[in-house]
Amino acid sequence: MASPYDAIVVGGGHNGLVCAAYLARAGRRVLVLERRAVLGGAAVSEEVFPGFTFSVCSYVVSLLRPWILRDLELSRHGLRILPLDCSFSPLPDGRSLARWGDPERTRREIAAFSPADAEVYPEYGRTMMQMGRMVKPLIDAEAPRPTSLHPAHLLEILGHGRRLNALPRHLRTRFLQMMTMSAADFLDLWFESDVLKAPMSVSGIIGTYQGVRSPGTAYVLLHHYMGEIDGAFRAWGFAQGGTGAVSLAIAAAAREAGCEIRTEAAVERVVVRGGTARGVVLSDGEELHARAVVSGVDPRLTFLGLVGAEHLPDDLCSRMRRFKLRGSSGKVNLALDHLPEFTSRPGIGPHMRGDVAIAPSIDYLERAFDDAKYGEPSRRPYINMVIPSLSDPTVAPPGKHVMSCFVQYAPYHVNGGPQTWPERREAFGDTVLETLEEHMPGLTAAVLHRQVLTPWDLEQEFGLSEGNIFHGELSLDQLAFLRPAPGWAHYRTPLAGLWMCASGTHPGGGLMGAPGALAARAMLAEGSL
Amino acid sequence: MPVESPLHSRTAPLCTSYRWKEWAGRYAVCSYQTSAESEYLALRHACGLLDVSPLFKYEIRGPDAAALLSWVWTRDVTRLAEGSVAYGCWCDERGKVVDDGTVCRLGPDRYRMTAAEPTFRWLARQARGFDAEVTDESASVAALALQGPSSRAVLTELCGEETAGLGFFRAAHARSGSLELEVTRTGYTGDLGYELWISADRAVELWDAVVAAGRDHGLVPAGLDALDITRIEAGFLLAGVDYVGARDALIPSLTSSPFELDLGWAVHLERGPFVGRDALVREAREGSPETLVGLVADWEAIEEVHERYGLPPSLPTQAWREPVPVYADGRQVGRATSGTWSPTLKQNLALATVDTARAAVGTRLELEATVAFERHTVPVTVVERPFFDPPRKKGRAGADEGEGS
Repeated sequence: MASPYDAIVVGGGHNGLVCAAYLARAGRRVLVLERRAVLGGAAVSEEVFPGFTFSVCSYVVSLLRPWILRDLELSRHGLRILPLDCSFSPLPDGRSLARWGDPERTRREIAAFSPADAEVYPEYGRTMMQMGRMVKPLIDAEAPRPTSLHPAHLLEILGHGRRLNALPRHLRTRFLQMMTMSAADFLDLWFESDVLKAPMSVSGIIGTYQGVRSPGTAYVLLHHYMGEIDGAFRAWGFAQGGTGAVSLAIAAAAREAGCEIRTEAAVERVVVRGGTARGVVLSDGEELHARAVVSGVDPRLTFLGLVGAEHLPDDLCSRMRRFKLRGSSGKVNLALDHLPEFTSRPGIGPHMRGDVAIAPSIDYLERAFDDAKYGEPSRRPYINMVIPSLSDPTVAPPGKHVMSCFVQYAPYHVNGGPQTWPERREAFGDTVLETLEEHMPGLTAAVLHRQVLTPWDLEQEFGLSEGNIFHGELSLDQLAFLRPAPGWAHYRTPLAGLWMCASGTHPGGGLMGAPGALAARAMLAEGSL
Repeated sequence: MPVESPLHSRTAPLCTSYRWKEWAGRYAVCSYQTSAESEYLALRHACGLLDVSPLFKYEIRGPDAAALLSWVWTRDVTRLAEGSVAYGCWCDERGKVVDDGTVCRLGPDRYRMTAAEPTFRWLARQARGFDAEVTDESASVAALALQGPSSRAVLTELCGEETAGLGFFRAAHARSGSLELEVTRTGYTGDLGYELWISADRAVELWDAVVAAGRDHGLVPAGLDALDITRIEAGFLLAGVDYVGARDALIPSLTSSPFELDLGWAVHLERGPFVGRDALVREAREGSPETLVGLVADWEAIEEVHERYGLPPSLPTQAWREPVPVYADGRQVGRATSGTWSPTLKQNLALATVDTARAAVGTRLELEATVAFERHTVPVTVVERPFFDPPRKKGRAGADEGEGS
């Protein structure tokens, strides 16, 4: 029987939707199946408490590829991004550091802690941007294939080599150093002030089970500056209406192109016949067929959950079992009756409109990891907090606010086992509020509602294996041609007809959309659809 | 040297950037902050408050007020109902646009007209033989623009539900505490928004009341830089920038007719005589050599030109208004007169006047672009204006406030 679909996308997260939109725009008949009642996966907005819209998981748009924004005409489909202008770090001693879009203002702020750092800061930015420019083509194309001798693949590698070579010599060495160093060590090469280094270092550890002093974390700092290159697009910010608005705009683009999207349609397993993926079975027993099945869920869930080890090579299965997921973060979302002030910088000012980092020192961050290393949530965690209602009045009633707190570390493999997280959930929420209360007295009293998401909740509710927000750690051993496994890093799988399109594939996690778009491109190029 | 606006005591302390410019002989804030971005974002996502008092304002009163305006304007103002506002332009005898503005019918025989340039003498001279009195209100009436998606909520707190239910391009008398004001649902941002008109001596009190009403609705004082981005997104012309007023043009080739400015819809030819009618009738019959259009630049081409130099694409953070040549087939066919990067649409926009033969929507043209001190061109496409036109602009209160898609 002929199937009405060319492709079925499992999971209506942002990457699944991007992939579906590109396939549909190329004239393919596409069906997206989402288990939850709302679209977006981890890029989702939900009115968890009446009148308050939370960006439940992912909370800022950072690396959304500008070319996807243009291709899918996301602005026309209603996506509005409100750029963040400030990164604010309150300190326990009553001082604080704010870094602004305005370079002069930033220079003055940093100079209060170190005049030398204030001068080096823009230099560091330029260097990172130059290195970012070299790496950027990597995230906008399929991963290179270092073991292939195909002329096209060799040329590709040569291209990357050329770009590295085009950098001045001192930058080439810096780049190679950066690939292996820890975020803290790398920043030590530039800066002396802990107050500055701490909030800068955290972009190296977000979503990983590593500390800022763990080798390999420096490279991830570069991702931040790749966003800077797209700076003209001002794509780093809040989506109006919460992060789910990104997914909804993509879904609107997909629907306009003829894509069908079903929610509350949980895929139970992939139908495999004759070594080929033929379709999916839903939890209610409905069987749907298509020429291709595209997985928008993480690699472990794809292979070991939806497909099953019996259909797959042993080495891939064992790799998937060892694939580093080990989620390390949680999320606390607050509905606030009113907004308290920071003791270190009173007033409801522009410093509260950006992101706020509770990261007073490198030691503080490393201690937070120390707790996690031995299976406990951090007693004093790193918190990245945003208050989108200050810029976007649509997410809270007038005068009220939503506060979104990304919290690290909350290790999935907590002592007693991940299934004990529900018993620890409220204590975890309390720790976050106690930590914030030290900087913002009166916060707890202002809370109308709180939503606490532990890594266990991220797994159970959002299908993120081990609660990993990136579908797999963004460490060098799991990136590019190693993501999610060597040999299967180009959206293909050992199973004919089964593809992957989400954060567990190159170029990885974050609200980028690149895996979804590149997967669609690979599928269309192959010509079997 | 400019003088202070009636709201100076409120705007000056807020203007921490010290970025001012002259507007109609008054000091006007370019941007309160160093960057206008947050003010722009407020205009599009919450609401912005602008001091637009420098606008030239004239009251026309008397039994022949409508007849006088209809004589001066290209529009038939006699058809304007009480409590309504109209946008339009006025021409000289050659049918060339002198200026553009709005006219509001405040009472049976009472109108208020706004202009970009001093127009008192122009009106007074035309008023001979009409039973109408023209009063220059430019200094005695202050104006505040309250613009953006949450402006209705602010106005509701300020003046009550009834005023906030005002329809698009409608006007009403309103009261806020002891303040008497006129509210029009008009503005220069192409969004939901209002303009509040009040006696200059009470303007500061009104400003304070608006700021208080806006506290929980994301109200941000905004300057002219942010306004300039929004007006280009809305596709609105700026006198002296996108066209040269007929009285300021030293040579005829610099002038424009309403048809050339794409304001043909505001020219009512089927009626009695008015200033410039003969020339406009002729032009309507014979066609106009030039047409004002909206252009969108190809982003990929901008990126590619920068890439040749190893530069990341850079975009102006402010709207620009230095004329730039527009080409087709290697020949200049017009000029872009202002443009901006649209943070909302993520597109590079320009307003341009081009040969009418090149003005059809979809036409591909080339716009001059300078990168690393060298001249290039980037492909642009003629598109419909407004570039940005959210349904909430004209939408009714209580209707979906969103933008739709």
